[in-house]
Amino acid sequence: MADAPTIPDEAEVRARWGAFAWSEDSQRKAAEIMGRYPAGRQQSASIPLLDLAQRQVGAETKTQGWLPVPVIEFVARQIGVPYMRVYEVATFYTMFNLAPVGRYHVQVCGTTPCVLAGSDDVFAACKNHGLSKGRTTPDGLFTLTEVECMGNCSNAPMMQINDDNFEDLDYDSTTRVLEVLARGETPKAGSQTGRRSSEPAGGPTSLTAMVNENHDYRGEWNTAHAG
Amino acid sequence: MLADKDRIFTNVYGFQPWTLQAARARGDWDNTKALLELGQDKIIDVVKASGLRGRGGAGFPTGTKWGFMPKEPKADRPNFLVINADESEPGSCKDREIIRHDPHKLIEGALVAGFAMRARAAYIYIRGEYIREAETLFAAVAEAYEAGLVGKNACGSGYDFDVFVHRGAGAYICGEETAMLESLEGKKGQPRLKPPFPAGAGLYGCPTTVNNVESIAVAPTILRRGAEWFSSFGAENNKGTKLFQISGHVNKPCVVEEAMSISFRELIETHCGGIRGGWDNLLAVIPGGSSVPLVPAAQIMDCAMDFDGLKAVGSGLGTAAIIVMDKSTDVVRAISRISYFYKHESCGQCTPCREGTGWMWRVMERLRTGEADIGEIDMLQQVTKQVEGHSICALGDAAAWPIQGLIKHFRPELERRIRERGGDLAPMQEAAE
Repeated sequence: MADAPTIPDEAEVRARWGAFAWSEDSQRKAAEIMGRYPAGRQQSASIPLLDLAQRQVGAETKTQGWLPVPVIEFVARQIGVPYMRVYEVATFYTMFNLAPVGRYHVQVCGTTPCVLAGSDDVFAACKNHGLSKGRTTPDGLFTLTEVECMGNCSNAPMMQINDDNFEDLDYDSTTRVLEVLARGETPKAGSQTGRRSSEPAGGPTSLTAMVNENHDYRGEWNTAHAG
Repeated sequence: MLADKDRIFTNVYGFQPWTLQAARARGDWDNTKALLELGQDKIIDVVKASGLRGRGGAGFPTGTKWGFMPKEPKADRPNFLVINADESEPGSCKDREIIRHDPHKLIEGALVAGFAMRARAAYIYIRGEYIREAETLFAAVAEAYEAGLVGKNACGSGYDFDVFVHRGAGAYICGEETAMLESLEGKKGQPRLKPPFPAGAGLYGCPTTVNNVESIAVAPTILRRGAEWFSSFGAENNKGTKLFQISGHVNKPCVVEEAMSISFRELIETHCGGIRGGWDNLLAVIPGGSSVPLVPAAQIMDCAMDFDGLKAVGSGLGTAAIIVMDKSTDVVRAISRISYFYKHESCGQCTPCREGTGWMWRVMERLRTGEADIGEIDMLQQVTKQVEGHSICALGDAAAWPIQGLIKHFRPELERRIRERGGDLAPMQEAAE
């Protein structure tokens, strides 16, 4: 938040985004979002609507989107609050981009559990692939951001690219993911070492019956349990 | 080891589908109407008797918390349940597994808990970065509506109860309950002063209870199997089963449900394949997420992993997010990175935290490289004491405690770095007045 970039040139941005309005798809989603909150509490929709707007900007620019000032003004009008009430939300939350980003927003976790598991190697792989923190590559493909804990600590180190997480990374698998993306293909999300999710590597130490069938344990409930 | 039949989250690893059909086959949503027919007071009594303490970090008794809600809500001020799925504490990754692999346990828990506290609706506040997880949760809630399990006449009980999912957008502080309410109202996530407490004036000024995902998701199973079953695990005052999340220098990091009060050694040996390089290679452990002080190897090895056991070694259970560090760790860097985290996440409302977190991080970096003066160690200790307890929420405390733990247990290491950089070990000379 403290490192927020300066907002790009107003006049140009206004010319490009001054007429921003919901697409048909966004309009439908916006109505659904507004329906979640009680009457008179439309301000509650500020975060979901900003996210929706950022995604629409992304779709229109073939990037991960950002929030130009006219778009923030549009969202403020939608929920009937002053511009400042929405602007302060857009600047407070880290997922709102206040400057354009590339097609792939590479967000590498750099918090302690990932550091312990080798996030330095992930950053090194990004660097050697031409990415640098806070910048977009000249071809407009990658923007690299160091983010705080993403909640995948048992599968560290990890990075989030657009909507997908890539976990259990090392230098080589990070490079591989970036290369696949650069070719315009879709890499396999999740663990890069073949784990299903957060079970111990090599197979679970508990609940092994669940691996192959949707086991119902209720039949065993009444027998004496070992505490 | 906890028997598989006594695990609540049987699909925690997601080998099986999360869908309603699969969840029902595992026992979720099984005659939920009968659970509701126990009545509000009875549900709260069972949860109290089970000894369940909040799983979000503070460990407040869950049943007691539910009991604070008004028994006769007014028509214009309904009760609300807010479920805290803003899992952002470094080391924590349990709620994610519940949401993406067992979401119906959470939704059923929302109904049962919401009914018990006479709530009109539940809002599940999920952190913005859990994008795929939120997609699953939205879809699971839609399934529950479709099947008539929530919404009007939920489960045929005659009780109307809505469940809404609200995505955040990347702010650790929104895991603090009043910041979460601000964020749900569409504002910056800056914590509110208490009192008034949320049970009196919370979301939209209405009575509100904020509970962690795990606390809510275990409630239906506790009601089905009884308070005695749940309280048969764990030491006195630390009852139940718990999702532990182990990261860092163990051979096999994982998330696993175990009985409370399991010893650190047993937990690591049973599920994590031991410490990387063996037990002699263990340096220290942060046992409850980044907010709690670290514990040196000798004290943690046979410690009981529960609220009281970890308090006795000067730390805390927190969210049971266990960060393990072996002897290859640059422990000063590890803690300094946590200080950076708090600097990044301070909401900026209270001066001691806003200014203190940045100041503490900068001094931590000087200690990491050894360019600090020896007197700065004590100065840093003093500043942590001035931040601690002087902010509206606990983020200031959370930023101070890891540093205090480091100074307490690793002071010789800090001094060694300064000495090796050629620094003077004599205290800094103060200018004469």
